[in-house]
Amino acid sequence: MNTLLSCHGLTRVFGGLTAVDRATLDFALGEVHAVIGTNGAGKSTLINMLSGEMPVSGGRIMLDGQDITRWPQPRRARAGIGRSYQRTTIFPEFTVLENCRLSAQAAHARPWALWEAAAACTGSVPIARRALAAAGLAEVAASPAGSLSHGGKRQLEIAMCLATEPRVLLLDEPLAGMGSEETERMLALLATLKAGHAILLVEHDMDAVFRIADRITVMVNGQVIATDAPQAIRANPQVQVAYLGEHG
Amino acid sequence: MAGTATWRWLPLVVAAVLAVLPSVLTPYTSDLVTKIIVLAVFALSLELLVGMTGLVSLGHAAFLGIGAYTAVLASPEYDAANPLLLGLACVGAAATYALFVGALSLRTRGVYFIMVTLAFAQMAYFVFHDTPLGGGTDGIYLNARPALGDFDSGEKLHFYYLALAALVGTYGLLALLRRSRFGHALAGIRVNEQRMRAAGFATYLYKLAAFVLAGALAGLAGFLLAVKDGYVNPELLSWHESGAVLLMIILGGIGHLRGAVIGAAAFVLLKELYATPAIVGEVLAQHWQLTLGFTIIAFVALLPRGLIGLSARLRAVTR
Repeated sequence: MNTLLSCHGLTRVFGGLTAVDRATLDFALGEVHAVIGTNGAGKSTLINMLSGEMPVSGGRIMLDGQDITRWPQPRRARAGIGRSYQRTTIFPEFTVLENCRLSAQAAHARPWALWEAAAACTGSVPIARRALAAAGLAEVAASPAGSLSHGGKRQLEIAMCLATEPRVLLLDEPLAGMGSEETERMLALLATLKAGHAILLVEHDMDAVFRIADRITVMVNGQVIATDAPQAIRANPQVQVAYLGEHG
Repeated sequence: MAGTATWRWLPLVVAAVLAVLPSVLTPYTSDLVTKIIVLAVFALSLELLVGMTGLVSLGHAAFLGIGAYTAVLASPEYDAANPLLLGLACVGAAATYALFVGALSLRTRGVYFIMVTLAFAQMAYFVFHDTPLGGGTDGIYLNARPALGDFDSGEKLHFYYLALAALVGTYGLLALLRRSRFGHALAGIRVNEQRMRAAGFATYLYKLAAFVLAGALAGLAGFLLAVKDGYVNPELLSWHESGAVLLMIILGGIGHLRGAVIGAAAFVLLKELYATPAIVGEVLAQHWQLTLGFTIIAFVALLPRGLIGLSARLRAVTR
């Protein structure tokens, strides 16, 4: 297996609360690895530590065999870790294209080149257009991002992540608040992205998770209680008691 | 839209009008326009911070004052300094202090950032206020204005064109910056800094670069102010001055370069109007801060987008 990103004994303590407790996970190229668990299980904290938004209390994070535990978030992003947010974080006044172009610009910065217009940037514009095409937003490229539907904004959130040309995608509830049609479109998109990326998917929609995930990790109170193939997770008695059982 | 194309050329038209203006102005109005030009450079430098980057600073006058003091202190006592070298020294001194202040204050956010920039400006204020370095509270005179060849900044007309060149240069630089990748990154940081970090931008360095550039341009305004008046005092660094420049860009309209210029003009003209006894009467003229304050409150209430939003507002009303 081609492991891109992994964490070993990853721990985060908030005061007396251990939000993530010695989590050891790996994320491989070509695989959708879903992390499920009830609210407060530590899923978002896990993503925040992997993306570098939150410092770790203990443990290590490795990207491609390199220890990146102490790297700040922008450096991790440039090294190929992209993330989307549970709450939509697009730039509503900018056009859809500019949202993606700005994300792509991080790798083609040249901030000193004041005489070059950003809109004519030969590095970031083609990447942004490709990301929009991949996310199915090519037709609305010139619209203000704030005018998109909820589903469209969620798609843009993913497209902005893709525009940074990441190898690892950390997706925090990409299906939140989506209708069934929009969900289908997003799942189809994730299926196409699988080939070139290692995907961590945090999601509450269990049907979607069991359809698309190659492996599933179950977290309860900050601890990983199982990591396995979807069928094995469904059959796991510990998981049924701790999590799936609650939902009938 | 035809209107947009017309508006695009407006800054050039204004620059051309300003270039021929001295030939038709009386000395009094000419002084007023010169003052507006210098303060417009100062307002533009703050617009880079507040409007373009979303950093509200309440200590921007420190860089104006340091630029102004440098102009006096770095000049030879009796000979005229080279205006280009002296200008560079002023810009450099202000930028250096901005690098120091920015490096520390940009670790804070929001209201804390406002307070920390204010504190650093007060520090600089008291250095000039309480030490003999720049003549203490009395301030210090610039004995010989900078000159080079036929150019003598002591001549009002010569100085006018020096200030105008500085304004055009500053405006042009910021207009370029706005459309560049650097400017777009600053806009992204203003709207959602966390998202920019997630995309891979080292946002701290971007904000620091903007802060230093804003300080440098304020230093340029300070250089012009010192040469115009031939005199500097600690009040240039006071928080009143920082507040006044913030009012200028709010009055004009935050988020637009021309807003900063319009705001500087409106501020200077309103102040002149309210402080002239012949127009408003002796009593009101003595309390011009009061009338100016009320006017600004009225402006902000009626034109939340500033004077720049006036035409849109009028169109909305008349249509």
